[in-house]
Amino acid sequence: MVDRGWLGISGIGRRAIDIFLRLGFAARFLGLTLVNSGVCLRRPRLVSREVYFSGVLSLVIILVSGLFVGMVLGLQGYQTLRTYGSESALGVLVALSLLRELGPVITALLFASRAGSAVTAEIGLMKATEQLRAMEMMAVDPIARVVAPRFWAGVISTPLLTAMFTAMGIYGGYLVGVVLLGVDEGSFWSQMQNSVDFREDIVNGLLKSLAFGFAISWIAVFEGYDAPPTAEGVSGATTRTVVTSALTILFLDYILTSLMFRGL
Amino acid sequence: MGGSGCGKTTLLRLIGGALRPSAGSVVVDGEPVGALDRDGLYRLRRKMGMLFQFGALFTDLSVFDNVAFPMRERTALPEPIVRDLVLMKLHAVGLRGAAKLMPAELSGGMARRVALARAVALDPELIMYDEPFTGLDPISLAVISNLIRTLNNALGATSIVVTHDVRESMKILDYCYLMAEGQIVARGTPEEMLASEKPYARQFFHGEMDGAVPFHYPGADYGTELGLGDHGR
Repeated sequence: MVDRGWLGISGIGRRAIDIFLRLGFAARFLGLTLVNSGVCLRRPRLVSREVYFSGVLSLVIILVSGLFVGMVLGLQGYQTLRTYGSESALGVLVALSLLRELGPVITALLFASRAGSAVTAEIGLMKATEQLRAMEMMAVDPIARVVAPRFWAGVISTPLLTAMFTAMGIYGGYLVGVVLLGVDEGSFWSQMQNSVDFREDIVNGLLKSLAFGFAISWIAVFEGYDAPPTAEGVSGATTRTVVTSALTILFLDYILTSLMFRGL
Repeated sequence: MGGSGCGKTTLLRLIGGALRPSAGSVVVDGEPVGALDRDGLYRLRRKMGMLFQFGALFTDLSVFDNVAFPMRERTALPEPIVRDLVLMKLHAVGLRGAAKLMPAELSGGMARRVALARAVALDPELIMYDEPFTGLDPISLAVISNLIRTLNNALGATSIVVTHDVRESMKILDYCYLMAEGQIVARGTPEEMLASEKPYARQFFHGEMDGAVPFHYPGADYGTELGLGDHGR
């Protein structure tokens, strides 16, 4: 009985040590990526190519999701506001919900599933098929040539996609609220303009998405580079990217919201 | 040469600096590979080329861009010169016409030839080949083995070929080291190796079923296991 108890405790200890070791590796890997990012400045085409694969190819899912999220917000918001006779505030409700929370969070979750997993799988497969080792043997650093451009492409793409998701969401809310349910168009836009603050709402929302983009890109490139070079290893790394990114986004969202919107 | 798992590829990785020796040292061109820092290692690797077992071509780049990769990354050559050099290298392996294809469109033998063109793109002094004959059909096998020899002669380079293919390698190599369990167990010219009377060398080069490496995996006595006592032998 005592032995079993000890085994349990030592098992927890081992797991904790493993987690901290992995966090240490991930932090060192991030440091190496940042130190080797000079190539991205010297050769911006390396980054723009990755922005195309991560960002531009994610546009369809981001825009369609943005539209539907905005439409649902319009519908739900209208039902609730009508109870208090405040339908004219629908524009404010849709815009603030999207700018402060839903835009950054849902875009980041979609980006992690669509582009983060793809980056992990790509780097993992490059490792499994010895492409990274071949690069090393050619005296070309794979962290500078492969990892850094993909990392910065993710950091750049997320706020841009968030802005487009939010714009599309507001349009979705307008479609349902104004066009379908008959909310006054003037009140919809003017109340939104009066209530949305550039610094508090728009800039803070984009800062959030920048932090999410940083976290997703870090997780995605690290998991890919650290993946065991087998089919099972790459598949596990891809799953870990999506799960860890989702949890990190939601955790970061709470922390950032509590820091940014304290005074409200 | 040597059987699977005898340490051939590990030795190549030690020479290329992908692994650091835990004991002893590896000296390439007068430099101790294990003691070099990253810059020193990268400087040394500029004199090396390596052909990986399955080519390790960059799957997102065309054949042309794969061969151009080391030139674009490691030299400041203008693009027209890179283009001419790439076409010359591809012509040497017979794939100039395939320059625009992607790696996914190539057969195993073609991929290996493109990888060979990439390995010699910057005329290295030392070329390493990791199992270059694995999984090739007889025609591709002959093409690759001839290319290894002719390119080596043309470049005046040193080539280290790691393989367990006796027939093809004996046609092209000058000197052979036979490895078993991490040790060199025999060495000599192809003729000397084929005539060797050392038990492992004889079994390896003549493809004998039983010998230094026994056919039967060690286990309990056969007769005893069948319940026949010593008479069952």
